[in-house]
Amino acid sequence: MLTVATGNKAVAAAVKAAKPAVVAAYPITPQSEVVEQIAEYVTAGEMDTRYIPVESEHSAMTACIGASITGVRSFTATSSHGLLYMHEMLHWAAGARLPIVMANINRSLGPGWNVWAEHTDAFSQRDTGWLQFFVGDVQEAYDTTLMAFRIAENNGILLPVMVNLDGFLLSHIMQSLETVEPGDYIPPVRLPHRIDPENPAGYGAMTGPNDHFKFRWGIEKAMRNSPAVIRDAEEEFFRQFGRKYGPTEEYRCEDAEVLIVALGTLGKEAEVAVDLLRDAGIKAGSMRIRWFRPFPDLDIGGRDLVVLDRGYSFGYGGVLSSEIRSKYPGASIYSVVAGLGGQEVTYDDIAGFVRDRRMGEEFWFGVDA
Amino acid sequence: MYEIRIHSRGGQGGVTAARLIAMAAFLDKKHATAAPFYGAERRGAPVVSFVRIDDHTIKIYSQIRSPDLIVVLDASIMDAVDVLQGMKPGGRVLINSPHPVDLPGVEALTIDLTGIALSVDLVVAGSPILNTPVLGAIAKMGIITHESALAAIRDMFADERNVKAAEAAYEELTV
Amino acid sequence: MAEIPEDEYLLKCTTACAGCSAALALRYVLKAAGPDTVLVVPACCTSVLQGIYPNTAFAVPVYNIAFAAAAACASGMSEAFASEGKKTNVIVFAGDGGTVDIGIQALSGALERGTNFLYICYDNEAYGNTGMQRSGATPIGARTTTTPGGKTDTKKDIDRIIAAHNIPYQATASAAHPKDLFEKVKTALATPGPSFIHILVPCPPGWRIPSDMPVTVGKMAVKTGMWVLWERKYGELTINGASKAAMRKRLPLKEYISLQGRFKGITEKQVNELEQQVEKNLARLAKEEAGEC
Repeated sequence: MLTVATGNKAVAAAVKAAKPAVVAAYPITPQSEVVEQIAEYVTAGEMDTRYIPVESEHSAMTACIGASITGVRSFTATSSHGLLYMHEMLHWAAGARLPIVMANINRSLGPGWNVWAEHTDAFSQRDTGWLQFFVGDVQEAYDTTLMAFRIAENNGILLPVMVNLDGFLLSHIMQSLETVEPGDYIPPVRLPHRIDPENPAGYGAMTGPNDHFKFRWGIEKAMRNSPAVIRDAEEEFFRQFGRKYGPTEEYRCEDAEVLIVALGTLGKEAEVAVDLLRDAGIKAGSMRIRWFRPFPDLDIGGRDLVVLDRGYSFGYGGVLSSEIRSKYPGASIYSVVAGLGGQEVTYDDIAGFVRDRRMGEEFWFGVDA
Repeated sequence: MYEIRIHSRGGQGGVTAARLIAMAAFLDKKHATAAPFYGAERRGAPVVSFVRIDDHTIKIYSQIRSPDLIVVLDASIMDAVDVLQGMKPGGRVLINSPHPVDLPGVEALTIDLTGIALSVDLVVAGSPILNTPVLGAIAKMGIITHESALAAIRDMFADERNVKAAEAAYEELTV
Repeated sequence: MAEIPEDEYLLKCTTACAGCSAALALRYVLKAAGPDTVLVVPACCTSVLQGIYPNTAFAVPVYNIAFAAAAACASGMSEAFASEGKKTNVIVFAGDGGTVDIGIQALSGALERGTNFLYICYDNEAYGNTGMQRSGATPIGARTTTTPGGKTDTKKDIDRIIAAHNIPYQATASAAHPKDLFEKVKTALATPGPSFIHILVPCPPGWRIPSDMPVTVGKMAVKTGMWVLWERKYGELTINGASKAAMRKRLPLKEYISLQGRFKGITEKQVNELEQQVEKNLARLAKEEAGEC
């Protein structure tokens, strides 16, 4: 069905299509519309879901863990401080090998309170064992949420998945959306280690130094399986629903000499910058990264990379730049720290970054000259 | 690309107006995006929302800097905010006002959306609803079709008074 | 009864909604507290109404802190001031969400430790800052954005939870009864140890009332017994002012409910349940005041 929707409503619509048994809900700007829309679906009888209006985000994730371990599908959504407040339970969900799906509406961190887009919240969960995707438009938010359930629940993965949307820039923007009936695209969830009183087991009890590392390796093994599973999910999505996704979205990259690399909506606006630059004779291309964990192979091929860093690791560097540099030590990178706290970054600005690039350096937009 | 900036106060439905316009444009088989710029929810505070309409996919997410059309749902905002900022040369302004507004050098259309809303009793919690009648006015200006304006309203609201108000605005606006 | 001072601590650049009765309450809280005061504010409407950087609309220091943590922050601050012999008032000004839901752990801990501070919960019965989602303080039958069909669970009785901590001073107050509120803040700040004041603040966007109605609605809350003004000093309960009359004869709840759009669609059954809760509460308070329990 073809309609228009905001990013938040698209996520809610995808969750409705995925039919989770349990949704834990706690509001935080700019996510609140996700859980509000789900509440409306439930109240209207359009979703047969147990809706738990928890009292905090820590409880939201914990409620999803409790639900998921019984073998049912669960979902929650959050942003920023809410994500940080549930941090210990993110580690828990991955360690417990639970296929929870969560939408995270990227928002900066206080103090001071700032409700606008920044990726630091998701980046600070890098090491938890969650898979992470960053989406660029409303349709992709919907499609990726559907794919997330299939990927998470794959018995070779069984890791939770976070779908990231830029706060306000994507969560609140209204674009066209085609909804689908997923059918067997999302098969019924079968959790091998679900609670079963007829086969009682202890979960997560004391595990000594001779054993604990084996469970940590289990998470990494699943993470290493995940590129193949994600690719398969994307190919099957294309086969059934006609829309193609990959680890990156590339625009005019084939003969490009300089690539603009970004996550989220900046990666879309970058395409407008690319067209401007091309008109001016600069062979630019845009590489929008979709997979963040697992971090994908990138076809950067010795080109200049202008990386838009919408999140920073103090004392270390722009996070996306650092990820790329760590995977490709020889890469030529110009790290542009821009968009923090919703700082406005336009296609003109992006074109300027490319024109004025100083490879190997870092540029704080709005601070440096 | 056609760019619209809507000025209103929190609680007047300016954000919903943007979404309605985008929906109508979508029904006209165009590409459209609508977005608010706001922080926390505050009744009575100035709020800005944006609409972009184009024949091709819109990849711009940053704010509209040079709007083709500026819509002012609450004229009192003009005392505090420079609503004309960045307007494209030759751009138009549509103001909710019972009498003509003189803006030197600018084509300012006025329409009494408040009066229209009150006349059909389109009032919620003491506030007249402005975001559905304004759609009628925008249709009269030729930015969206009349048919799509009404379809967008019916898609979002069950109360037919919204359609009545939009029709009244469509009739009343002289372009 | 003390005179209410003319000094204003709530300056003209607040960014409150039109008709915000939380701002009205805060105005009297600050008049009672005076300038030697720090406000500790977790995520709530006050985070926003104080204004946006680089401005602040309050003429006292305001420390903004994470949602779950106000009472813990106040705890640290109070101990620190004590260590320096300072008498600065530490006042938490928190919404209902940050008190009865996400903030309850820190609050309980701070009370249990006998922290010297005043915790004020201004209650608009929903998560206001994020757009009116239900909180534990939302009453039965109320529509919020996450209870579009009306809340089916009862309002959490935070006052009885606080009472179980046996703190020296606890009170209820109302934005529509500023003199009573002023006096209670004065009493609380003069009482060593923890104090808790629970203020009902009718909210135009949240309760779906016109912006000029919060005081009328607040007065009706008291006249119907839906909200009772009382204070408990060292365990001794006194019913105050307008509630004394309501205890004798109160108006039917319909008078209160019918003023608010958020109760549209409330069922007869839910109204009866609310009436019963009100009766029970009044009976319990009457008994306690008479020393019978």
